[in-house]
Amino acid sequence: MLPDKYGHFQEFGGRFVPETLMGMLDDLEKKYRKIKKDKSFRGELNYYLSHYAGRPTPLYFAANLSKKLGLAKIYLKREDLLHTGAHKINNTLGQIILAKHMKKARIIAETGAGQHGVAVATVCAMFNFQCCIYMGEEDIKRQSLNVFRMKMLGADVLPVTSGSRTLKDAMNEAIRDWVTNVDNTYYLIGSTAGPHPYPVIVRDFQCVIGIEAKKQILKQERKLPTYLVACVGGGSNSMGLFYPFLEDKTKFVGVEAAGLGLSSGKHAAALCRGSKGVLHGSLSYMLQDKDGQVEIAHSISAGLDYPGVGPEHSLFKKIKRAEYTSATDKEALEAFKLLSKTEGIIPALESAHALAYVVRAGRGFKKNDLIIVCLSGRGDKDVNTVADVLGIKL
Amino acid sequence: MKRLDRKFNELKKKGRCAFIAYITAGDPDLRVTKKLIFELERQGVDIIELGVPFSDPLADGPVIQAASKRALGKGTSLRKIIALVKSIRKEVNIPLCLMSYYNPIYKMGLPLFTEKAAYAGVDGVIIPDLPPEEAKEFMQYSRGNKLDTIFFISPTSDVKRIKMAAAFSSGFIYYVSLAGVTGARKKISSDLKKRISLIKRHTKKPVCVGFGISKPGHVRYLSSFCDGVIVGSAIVKVIAVNSRKKDLVKVTGRFAAGLSKALK
Repeated sequence: MLPDKYGHFQEFGGRFVPETLMGMLDDLEKKYRKIKKDKSFRGELNYYLSHYAGRPTPLYFAANLSKKLGLAKIYLKREDLLHTGAHKINNTLGQIILAKHMKKARIIAETGAGQHGVAVATVCAMFNFQCCIYMGEEDIKRQSLNVFRMKMLGADVLPVTSGSRTLKDAMNEAIRDWVTNVDNTYYLIGSTAGPHPYPVIVRDFQCVIGIEAKKQILKQERKLPTYLVACVGGGSNSMGLFYPFLEDKTKFVGVEAAGLGLSSGKHAAALCRGSKGVLHGSLSYMLQDKDGQVEIAHSISAGLDYPGVGPEHSLFKKIKRAEYTSATDKEALEAFKLLSKTEGIIPALESAHALAYVVRAGRGFKKNDLIIVCLSGRGDKDVNTVADVLGIKL
Repeated sequence: MKRLDRKFNELKKKGRCAFIAYITAGDPDLRVTKKLIFELERQGVDIIELGVPFSDPLADGPVIQAASKRALGKGTSLRKIIALVKSIRKEVNIPLCLMSYYNPIYKMGLPLFTEKAAYAGVDGVIIPDLPPEEAKEFMQYSRGNKLDTIFFISPTSDVKRIKMAAAFSSGFIYYVSLAGVTGARKKISSDLKKRISLIKRHTKKPVCVGFGISKPGHVRYLSSFCDGVIVGSAIVKVIAVNSRKKDLVKVTGRFAAGLSKALK
């Protein structure tokens, strides 16, 4: 069973953090392992997932889109319908209940697009935690709507002015805060990244996506899907969808952000174009130069704009359990428009990358192929960005 | 005998504590770093830590973050820093340690890095984001090349972790005086003396204290019960403030001398 006791997925993962955090990570792992099996914990989490967040989410057969693209049947796992507008709430609910049991008073988190930040601020408001969200100054400019939402929810949004002023720097700053306030502070990581046990915790809480999808597709189609397709930034929605199908024959496709194109140097495709390295506490694929300095990612979607990726995805790439590909800003934008027009669903730009792959591969699928695309979030937050690119003033 | 061991033996005979200065290599540029090494040795510094700049220095406060950014802007890299050590090793006797985040080392490759660093005359390696659990290979290659490996103990380390860090360390052990990032603080934690005596019950290796130390008074107090005192951000700040001045090297040397004279 992977990971091993130090959080290694073969050579990936692990714990590359300052000594001050090591004891805390041990403690977190022990408490998490215990609580995971606890019936009252599961009961509490399930209650909030269904009554507060809106689970189960539908598995929707996109008939118009399927017809338009050709032969295969395309289903959408509608995480966009969840409270706060994306899959992120699955994880923040799980971790906030964990933090409550660990008797921490203060929550910190990093956010890029602001979706995770909003999901954290939301659960902090409901469970009455003090909440500090680190966000790069660049992202604050790009996502002013989400910044306002977080503030409405009572969170402190702390602008990060170091480095490239984006998600990776927000994560550095959150780790610095954590090292300083480790006694009373819980760091609520939003992706399957970071030091062990975070990649496992986030995966486990996101697995609800795949578990539901599996039940639903078996009920609706009486067979397993041929493909699962999801976008990969840090990799939480994709891992959540993939993992429950690990032992099945279903093929996994992870779609990274190719930005202006893989050869342009301006992309966020850590798995497709990166190399192995250590970032934010774990060993995985990442974007870096020949001297091991982290390179700045680029994507039209702030949620995919991260130079690293979760370690288990690196394992999946190595053992070829998943195929990793990419979609450019332009392709994502086309898919964004296409889904809006054909199905009346405005997807998040992140999820539009997964759709873009399906559009591109369209004719390559076979007649009886069954595809589930994770529609990880809704696109309301992106309308400003899209209008900007299209040269429309709102 | 290795240079770090020799230094601590020598100091022990004199009944003195080591004064360890950290500077970010390449800030303001490597040419000045070279001059600073000569000057710091001349001013009575016992050991120098050369910081390898990294794009994502998550254990560092604002002063060293800024220094790293300036150094990277000047094209500083791990390879160039190793080459700098090689170029001056015959002219300076002072033990030189590299303090680097793990990724630049990992990217270079452990066999190549340890071989090149040892050959250049680097004495020890300190990696703030590499705990003993992840250091098996690093230890193997470092031992093979007779490089000292310095691990951390922090205020949150329990006895099991203290023993582990002590077992993995050679040269000296780095005690982090506070839970937090690098950078000057006004006060030194009050239970530090107790922590050091606890650590000393489990190891005979020298224990040096760093993080947050900036004033002669801090140095004086710590030197009464530690084997070494490490000052980083305070020195890096002097370099930053004076970086455009002609007497940068002298001013920095004088500042370091002021701290080192406070030793007991």
